[in-house]
Amino acid sequence: MPPAVVLVTGVSRWLGGALAAELARDPAIDRVIGVDTVPPSAELLRRLGRTEFVRADIRNPMIGKVISTAAVDTVVHMNISSTPAGSGGRGPMKELNVIGTMQLLAACQRAPSVRRLVLKSTSAVYGASSRDPAVFTEAMQARRVPSGGFAKDSLDIEGYVRSFSRRRPDVGVAVLRFTNFIGPRIDSVLTGFLRMPVVPTALGYDARVQLLHEDDALGVLARATTGDFAGTVNVGGEGTLLLSQVIRRLGRLQLPVPSPALGSLGRFTRRFGFVDYSPEQMRFLNFGRVVDTTVLRTEFGYTPRYTTAEALSDYAHTAPPVVPPELVGDVTTRAQQLVARAGSVASSVGTTVHGRLRPAPASPGLRAVRDA
Amino acid sequence: MPEARVIPLRPDDDGQQHVPQTPDASWDEQVAGGLDFLRRRLTGEYETDEFGFDTDLTDHVLLPVLRPLFSRWFRVETHGVENVPTEGGALVVANHSGTVPVDALMTTVALHDDHPAQRRFRLLGADLVFDLPVVGSLARKFGATLACSEDAERLLCADELVGVFPEGFKGVGKPFRERYTLQRFGRGGFVTAALRTGKPIVPCAIVGAEEIYPMIGNAKTLARLLGLPYFPVTPTFPALGPLGLVPLPSKWLIAFGEPIETAHYGPAAAEDPMLVFNLTDQVRETIQQSIYRLLLQRTSVFS
Repeated sequence: MPPAVVLVTGVSRWLGGALAAELARDPAIDRVIGVDTVPPSAELLRRLGRTEFVRADIRNPMIGKVISTAAVDTVVHMNISSTPAGSGGRGPMKELNVIGTMQLLAACQRAPSVRRLVLKSTSAVYGASSRDPAVFTEAMQARRVPSGGFAKDSLDIEGYVRSFSRRRPDVGVAVLRFTNFIGPRIDSVLTGFLRMPVVPTALGYDARVQLLHEDDALGVLARATTGDFAGTVNVGGEGTLLLSQVIRRLGRLQLPVPSPALGSLGRFTRRFGFVDYSPEQMRFLNFGRVVDTTVLRTEFGYTPRYTTAEALSDYAHTAPPVVPPELVGDVTTRAQQLVARAGSVASSVGTTVHGRLRPAPASPGLRAVRDA
Repeated sequence: MPEARVIPLRPDDDGQQHVPQTPDASWDEQVAGGLDFLRRRLTGEYETDEFGFDTDLTDHVLLPVLRPLFSRWFRVETHGVENVPTEGGALVVANHSGTVPVDALMTTVALHDDHPAQRRFRLLGADLVFDLPVVGSLARKFGATLACSEDAERLLCADELVGVFPEGFKGVGKPFRERYTLQRFGRGGFVTAALRTGKPIVPCAIVGAEEIYPMIGNAKTLARLLGLPYFPVTPTFPALGPLGLVPLPSKWLIAFGEPIETAHYGPAAAEDPMLVFNLTDQVRETIQQSIYRLLLQRTSVFS
């Protein structure tokens, strides 16, 4: 049974707005209500279609009135901030994330009309450390519990959502643990990081990165809102890449910096509003994180259309490379031709000198293709 | 005059080449291959798996670097390679020694170069390995992952050949006088992983690794300061400085024993501690016996 009235929090951000727009296109849904503290941009407002925008703060009990008067039956909670930069510092960020979620859940608990809650969570709840298993399933927990930042907030939020579902067992709760988003339109910590021409990374570490294309993120959120899956599910694209590989594929330059220096570099760049190297972010950039998506594909019933590599190459269209791969290909091909010519000259000289036949060199590069 | 006979030098040569860069590859082909490799590395056009295994780097850099050590320096002889299945998952359990875990690297080369199926060996390493910068990321690129039941079972289910050294630091960091005596085999976690996935256990004995860095002392205070499980003192290290890092050229023998099947016990058997203990002891005994046998075979430490 499709939902009649959907409430989406955090609608002024790209993903929230895109979800509201998608739901508004579905004629089976009567009303779509978007909530955020800041009004959406004019461009987003156009796309939102028949979505009703309510400017409200979820930290304020007024959200309860919105839910009860509109008889909301499905709540999609996406108003969770992942960086202090977007919400004016770590203090307000934590306030928005934790207190906002508590207020929203309190309002949902009071509203008998609510049947379904979808939480946009993150795979950051698994932490990132050298003691992690390579791949996390939904049943596993962080080996080193994140001590602060976004991951800690997300853990707290999941905890509150779990206790909410205990108190309201009639509400179907879907917790979606997303890996890092990427795509031409979405703005995330990672896209900001990869947009820099020279990307500083921790010397001697290389993280495994799993990405999710923005279209797949949208597809999963829409399915979770209209479907009936209840439980926790990891959401990520198939396959992984190493961070160094991601940087190379984007034609960026990697600058390995000893990790202690990276911390101060992070403080420096943050002051100028660039990329954030929080300790948590740095741990992720050192060790990375990969999640198992079997539940997503089998129980939840969604197979991401983009693999990690495909999502990255789609993003690459919007980030012009610093070192174009064509240039690298050109230079190596030319060098190969030069070597092949030198080789044939040398072998012909060798033939005349020693009178010994030697097979002409095969087309260069074949030897290395075998393992590809 | 007796009739001349043509004896084929390589009777089984059916065109299947081993991966090692054969000497008949002309230098210009090698350079061209190297340039191709360079292009792939610069543009990131290679594959890595969810454990961080980088086959391209392993085949073209890491294995070629280890190969001279394998064939020239330690002159490793591989026995019983037919006991390692050509396909499907299996758990290779070996003794650990040598102060620095070179034995794990040499076994990887042995299984890749001497096994007809050129099997990739997925090592399970201690968490210290992955804590260290450079070492940790190289280990992942070499196909290693953290020694935990989740990773072991995941690799075994994916039909990989998994390598485990249950003695851990107790084995690598034991004093020279205790050479070739097996230490306690952990808590039998490797047996549980094999039972749960129903994959065979292949016992493996490595002889020769004990003599590469004979550990005659352990600077415990220094080790604690550096956060290491031990700090080795060998006849040459740290007395000779970096020269002490050169391993002694002992003669190595690596022998794979007959696989111990676990499938018939069923996955529920992993919950039976008595069976797990018995199997652990059986594997340990097998390895200890084959170590003794290999030691008798070896005429001297360095030949």
